[in-house]
Amino acid sequence: MIRTTYREALREGLREALARDPRVFLMGEDVGRYGGTYAVSKGLLEEFGEQRIRDTPLSELSFVAAGIGAALGGMRPIVEVMTVNFSLLALDPLMNTAATLRHMSGGQFSVPLVLRMATGAGRQLAAQHSHSLEGWYAHIPGLKILAPATLEDARGMLWPALQDPDPVLIFEHSTLYNLEGVLDEGAAVDIHSARVRREGRDLTLVTYGGSLGKALAAAGQLAGEGISVEVIDLRVLHPLDDATLMASVRRTRRLLVVDEGWRSGSLAAEIIARVVEQGFYELDAPPARVCSQEVPVPYAKHLEEAALPQVPGIVAAARELLGRG
Amino acid sequence: MSLPVPYPAEFARQLLRDMLRIRRLEERAAELYGEGKIRGFLHLYIGQEAVAVGALHALGPGDAVVATYREHGHALLQGVSMNAIMAEMYGRREGCSRGRGGSMHLFDARTRFFGGNAIVGGGLPLAVGLALAERMQGGTRLAACFFGEGALAEGAAAESLNLAALWQLPVLFCCENNLYAMGTALARSQAQTDLCAKVQAFKVPARSVDGMDVVAVYEATRMAVEQMHAGHGPCFLEFRTYRFRAHSMFDPELYRDKAEVEAWKKRGPIHTYSAQLKAQGLLDETGLDALEAEASAEVEAAVAFAEAGSLEPVEDLLRDVYTPERTP
Repeated sequence: MIRTTYREALREGLREALARDPRVFLMGEDVGRYGGTYAVSKGLLEEFGEQRIRDTPLSELSFVAAGIGAALGGMRPIVEVMTVNFSLLALDPLMNTAATLRHMSGGQFSVPLVLRMATGAGRQLAAQHSHSLEGWYAHIPGLKILAPATLEDARGMLWPALQDPDPVLIFEHSTLYNLEGVLDEGAAVDIHSARVRREGRDLTLVTYGGSLGKALAAAGQLAGEGISVEVIDLRVLHPLDDATLMASVRRTRRLLVVDEGWRSGSLAAEIIARVVEQGFYELDAPPARVCSQEVPVPYAKHLEEAALPQVPGIVAAARELLGRG
Repeated sequence: MSLPVPYPAEFARQLLRDMLRIRRLEERAAELYGEGKIRGFLHLYIGQEAVAVGALHALGPGDAVVATYREHGHALLQGVSMNAIMAEMYGRREGCSRGRGGSMHLFDARTRFFGGNAIVGGGLPLAVGLALAERMQGGTRLAACFFGEGALAEGAAAESLNLAALWQLPVLFCCENNLYAMGTALARSQAQTDLCAKVQAFKVPARSVDGMDVVAVYEATRMAVEQMHAGHGPCFLEFRTYRFRAHSMFDPELYRDKAEVEAWKKRGPIHTYSAQLKAQGLLDETGLDALEAEASAEVEAAVAFAEAGSLEPVEDLLRDVYTPERTP
């Protein structure tokens, strides 16, 4: 058990991976001399050198695609894109190449690429640095989508992601980098399953990434009102771990999803659809969701807060589900 | 026509043999398309054979190759069997991509043929990454990518040239300038039509070559390969060529004159080179007939192989979306 931050946990994961496997290297904009936009890779250039900590030009399309080529060529690249909004410049290689190559080649080529990027709002960075687009990527067969919300996952998901022969995208919520706490070094981390972060009887609250803290805070508040909330951290957004979700809903008979993505076509919509398909008759109430308002995320603090899922909204939605609105 | 180069007779005939193999394969593919045996998009390389044959003979074994959707010739010359190519166009399990890719997505791990890419410009940064991986592992193999001149209007091309030059990676950029991006002439889509000038701005050495002349293509590529092995970073070759057929089987060719096509056909790489070989005494009519017969026999055998091929069971539809092995 060590006291650390999410940022340092990520860096420790990177350091371990670089030390363990000479095929691993990190590339992206400002990962070297600058130390990473969010200071995640600070110090790694000095430790591992310019060959393995590579600053790239501002050209997301080509350095992400070069990462795919390097993966095909036998390396284990970790590519960092500053923020999810910029990853749209690399949608072509991610979707048309990384996700499709194995299938189109009849199983001949796997793409062991790991892509890391910041996602989400809450730092007053306005619409071009604040969106939560992981749900879009979770739509694409061939990609695996991870969202570490805890210190253990921040440190521990990278290595299994690098061991995975397929492309893995890791979304780090930008408000989590300063998260501080005690990291359990013995915790087992996989990249397949969802986790129950708090047990409860009355309601299953499903969330991931930057919303986990808000969900747990809401659950704590509801406990004071005699409402017992089970909080599930999805961790893996694609492919989804239906079994853990369904087991919980069968116990609690109620479902609330909290997702920072926009409501229409959101991951929350997919989760509700799955639970309804697989457990409609086990539900005691219509499932509900708390998502971002359908607006480009604004700069002004009060507007940004109003656009995002917040604890009072989650609490209110939970009460409503239990008929205590 | 270039000056005679004193190749051993067998090698000289091999260049012609390989151009014929591509030509006959594609002529047959066009017929099969008409019969409905091959579907999807089918882009023929007819007229451009000298580029794939000359360039790929100059590359070394194990060099990685990335091509476009007009890639039957590149796949064949990289060593993919004609049987596997034909079976792929038939959508058969015995195809080089198990029927998942079709004409535009031929792949072969054994020969390091990385596609078959139907995204214009998509292959260039992949080749940059393949070259990076090779260099980081201490290897000396090159990465070559083939693309049309239309790709030079894509951001991917500019980014890839910059990255390859910045990191001095051994990427051979092979531009097949056949003058039309689908139906849009070069001057109608790019302000700078001097492609070498455009590329040199990225500090990538560039050279323009007669792409209708297999010897010129081979020699230029050989020199570029030597230069790259000496550690001078990427190279760009513009092969000036022409496709005699439409862009794809759906193209009515409204954008160019028949006279222009006919003029280029007079410079067709196969008959000019066979005439050259005859003039040099390396080939006679009987020898040419023998090469023709050989190519036709290979094509017919490939058709028979594809016809006899099997269909991937529908139960296997979802295989190869993810790699089966599971991580901890």
